[in-house]
Amino acid sequence: MSNGSNGTSISIVFDRLRWEEKELLDKALKLGYNARLVDAKDLVFSTDGILKDTNTNTSSIYKPDGISLGDIVIQRCISHYRGLYITACLESLGIPTINRYSVAETCGNKLLCSLALAKHDVPTPSTYFAFSAEKAIDIANGLGYPIVFKPIVGSWGRLVIPVKDREMMESIVEMREEMPNPLSKIYYLQEYVRRPPRDIRAIVVGDRVVTAVYRYAAEGEWKTNIARGGKAEPCPISKELEDICLRAAAAVGGGVLGIDIMEDEARGLLVHEVNNTVEFRGAASVSSIDIAQEIVSYAMKVVRA
Amino acid sequence: MVKVRCLECDRELNVPDDAVDGEIVTCPDCGANYEVTHSDGKITLKPAESIGEDWGE
Ligand SMILES: Nc1ncnc2c1ncn2[C@@H]1O[C@H](COP(=O)(O)OP(=O)(O)OP(=O)(O)O)[C@@H](O)[C@H]1O
Ligand SMILES: [Mg+2]
Ligand SMILES: [Zn+2]
Repeated sequence: MSNGSNGTSISIVFDRLRWEEKELLDKALKLGYNARLVDAKDLVFSTDGILKDTNTNTSSIYKPDGISLGDIVIQRCISHYRGLYITACLESLGIPTINRYSVAETCGNKLLCSLALAKHDVPTPSTYFAFSAEKAIDIANGLGYPIVFKPIVGSWGRLVIPVKDREMMESIVEMREEMPNPLSKIYYLQEYVRRPPRDIRAIVVGDRVVTAVYRYAAEGEWKTNIARGGKAEPCPISKELEDICLRAAAAVGGGVLGIDIMEDEARGLLVHEVNNTVEFRGAASVSSIDIAQEIVSYAMKVVRA
Repeated sequence: MVKVRCLECDRELNVPDDAVDGEIVTCPDCGANYEVTHSDGKITLKPAESIGEDWGE
């Protein structure tokens, strides 16, 4: 084992392997840590500990001492609920996990996230919550159009809809009421922010904003998500940007986070959400900072803390 | 490159030799997604999970 490592081991738990997880593994190994990728779909927990980890390609049953995932876990599941509940299991076994359960819970749910931002006085768009079809339509009609509808769980801009008029609002509500998922009937409506055709994605690692990029919407798109073909360009980290990012990170409980910010024409920076398992390939492609290495170094700081 | 057949449409798919477990291979013909797995040192494909409502960052 090379210097710096002290035999510290780190597991990167994934369910769908992306560039980010391979990059984290690569940097952890290069820094001399004992690192491995663990498929979340192979994990089994019990009240006695981690029962079995078939990722080792053996069917050996581990002693339920909770050490088989090492000193720390970076939880990177693409499925919010899978990642969330694995984090709950890991924390109850005393294995430090990035991010913590409460952070994952807040960030994975837009309603909880907006409440946390507001509670901590982080500038955020005005957002309304309704718990019946009737009230959802009332709110939209009362506030006027356009208004932005979002599912409270979900990402990559999927089903985020700029609602143009009453008719469109009624169709969305009708559709949501037909869906079997109970979360479909929790309504999240946000003021339509007048912004340039871009937003800002900043990555916070611990107490530092490691990088920020502008995300420009793809041709003919309103949403700026990289997953929808949006393009990343470097964004200077002003004092104002740094300050709002660190406050947003603190509001959700801190860790490794992707802060999404819009530039309102009148009010300046508004944080619209904080992401828990941040994708950073787009940001890495235009940034000189080694984001994966920053994350691994932070994980090691958490172990030593 | 290792050649493996698409379980849906039988097209020949190229999987890089250094592909690791969990990596995704998409069939260019039918769009099916597969997860790479290794068994007995050989690369095999298993159907990947389809996109969930709760997927994302
Ligand atoms: N209130 C708003 N006003 C104007 N544009 C908005 C508003 N809310 C969202 N957008 C645009 O839609 C995009 C997707 O919205 P949001 O980030 O809330 O959804 P998401 O599915 O959680 O995406 P992400 O992958 O960033 O987590 C944003 O990046 C932004 O470009
Ligand atoms: Mg999000
Ligand atoms: Zn095919």
